[in-house]
Amino acid sequence: MNTLRSNNIEQAALSCVRLVKRYPDVVAVDGIDLEVRMGECFGLLGPNGAGKTTTVEIFEGLTKPDGGTVEVLGEAWGKGRDTALRNRFGVQLQETQLAEKLTVKETVQLFRSFYKRGRDVDSIINLVELNEKRDARVGKLSGGQKQRLALACAMAGDPDLLFLDEPTTGLDPQARLKLWDIVEQFRAGGGSVILTTHYMEEAARLCDRVAIMDHGHVIASGTPAELIASLDADQIVEFSVKGKVEKDALERLSGVRRVRANGDGYALTVQDIGAALPALLSELEQERAELVSLTTHQATLEDVFVSLTGRMLRDV
Amino acid sequence: MSEQGIINGTKIEREQVVAKAPEAANAKRFHPLWELTIARVRETLREPEVIFWVFIFPILLVFALGIAFRNTGPQKIRVAVERNETAASASAQAADALSRSSDLDVVELSPAEAQQALRSGKVALVVRPSVDEDAAARGHSDAANSNDASASSRLSLYASFSYRFDPTRTESRQARMVVDDALERAAGRRDVTQSNDETITEPGARYIDFLIPGLLGMNLMGSGLWGVGFAVVNARTRKLLKRFAATPMRRSHYLLSFVLSRLFFLILEVAAVIAFAWFTFGFTIHGSLLGMAFLLLLGALTFSGVGLLVASRPKTIEGVSGLMNLVMMPMWLLSGTFFSSARFPNFLQPFIKALPLTALNDSLRAVMNDGASVMTSWATVSILLAWCVISFIIALKIFRWQ
Repeated sequence: MNTLRSNNIEQAALSCVRLVKRYPDVVAVDGIDLEVRMGECFGLLGPNGAGKTTTVEIFEGLTKPDGGTVEVLGEAWGKGRDTALRNRFGVQLQETQLAEKLTVKETVQLFRSFYKRGRDVDSIINLVELNEKRDARVGKLSGGQKQRLALACAMAGDPDLLFLDEPTTGLDPQARLKLWDIVEQFRAGGGSVILTTHYMEEAARLCDRVAIMDHGHVIASGTPAELIASLDADQIVEFSVKGKVEKDALERLSGVRRVRANGDGYALTVQDIGAALPALLSELEQERAELVSLTTHQATLEDVFVSLTGRMLRDV
Repeated sequence: MSEQGIINGTKIEREQVVAKAPEAANAKRFHPLWELTIARVRETLREPEVIFWVFIFPILLVFALGIAFRNTGPQKIRVAVERNETAASASAQAADALSRSSDLDVVELSPAEAQQALRSGKVALVVRPSVDEDAAARGHSDAANSNDASASSRLSLYASFSYRFDPTRTESRQARMVVDDALERAAGRRDVTQSNDETITEPGARYIDFLIPGLLGMNLMGSGLWGVGFAVVNARTRKLLKRFAATPMRRSHYLLSFVLSRLFFLILEVAAVIAFAWFTFGFTIHGSLLGMAFLLLLGALTFSGVGLLVASRPKTIEGVSGLMNLVMMPMWLLSGTFFSSARFPNFLQPFIKALPLTALNDSLRAVMNDGASVMTSWATVSILLAWCVISFIIALKIFRWQ
């Protein structure tokens, strides 16, 4: 990725250069360069173990990097300004379980007390639509409500920047939509967001730009549209067959960009579906292979990841 | 609104979008230390087990120990008389003679049973009668000659007794004297001087009076270490500590909140025990209440400091439990909760005196039992202060936040 230190008039919300974090058994972050602009929602995508969480925790000042530099909201960690800096961003961690015996209101009130500025407790609870649950114990909340409470705690200090680590993992679609709404509302007010996710539709909906991570590296970055366009294709055709079809033969078909074995069949990255589909069907007929299933869909970030790594996001 | 956030026009627009009602930008908030402390107190009170361990358990302990060591009349010593086939009448007579003593509780047992009872501490001493055949033969002719009618009701003079007991047990040595005395009297010994007993019971000198300050000390240690230790490690395993570390919260505030919340429970805990002991056993405090309150406060602070130190690194509840037992075990044994620590050998004394629980127990007893001023306990008070400050500072330094 091309690294340019920001010398714009507009300050970067976050930038890191050649960031490295090694653990005894693995290099979790292996030389990452990123720059997130103010007001932007930036997504770190990748499978579990790609290094997303470690990267974000270095940004949050929770983990010390072994190499490289980080600047958050124009400040570096460990320069005596850490507390001032922590006052300006909010965090939601992937594995935190808030105290179960406290109520929603008590929890928000506690977090609010840590920050110099911010709105009052009731309006923070309003913001995440937990008014009806304000006196309920945290232990009694549903998964989605707990995540919204975590978000409320992250927003307690009226932050300029929000770090969200897999905010919707394990939530049902409705709870996920509700959470996305709150994040979008925060962004509409000019707040910047850095989020990690392994849901491509989440990244596509929320993020202005994304970086795809794998094994501690950023393997691609750009806007979701740019990344999908980089496939040089607009459709993915997946089919399975009884019988044998040669990969080489498929690659020679018109409109087909890439061929990947996929179960009993193949996934084709296709630029011109109008030309590719009839060609495929006649090829199958010629080979006397019996078509079992065929689906096509618009190319997504998931397909970008698959084409870059040869693996599906979710089954790694 | 805050100016920090205004980078360009978008910040202002954001207020319009998000803010649904007009409100103060910097809403009034309480001090984080206060909020953290209140949250601790709420969380603790909402654990039903806490009510048991903090209030019910210490009271049960006082009650059980108070009953077990009550001073209602002198304790009888249990002794056994061995049933002897060849000296059956001597056995029966000995048992009869001993049972007339108000200090003894007598059972007749077979030799094997008696041995077992002695070994397991159920009896303090075993009396083994045997018959001296020659003396008996002579005795019978003597008795026939002297027409002493009372002689037959007396204990046979021709039986001899051996006492089996463990001389390292105080109770057994005492039993030997009482038993010997009773048998000699039964055999006809007469006292040569006249003596009588004046007995007294002075509140403050009873075992329960000794026990209460020690139990208070032990409770402060237990609830300080468990209360703080579990809560901290639980928050660590739930990644709550990590979450707090990502806020501008001052880390010393978090640790201090544990110490402060302990004070809240201290008042309830101590009041429950003292009130119960006063009501049930007539326990009274001889020294100044203020002095006692100061020592209890210092004790609670010290043990929550030690609790933080113990909980500063472990990642699991199992880990912290083991460590806490390791820390508390020597103090349970050595610090003079149930009996005076002066009983331990001299070479151990410097170590025992340096333990925080010993310091707390000793200074509490000085004030509560002896009515001494806190000033006279300056040495133990400084030991407590040192433990309190040093353990808190080390805990803050080595505390694991993730």
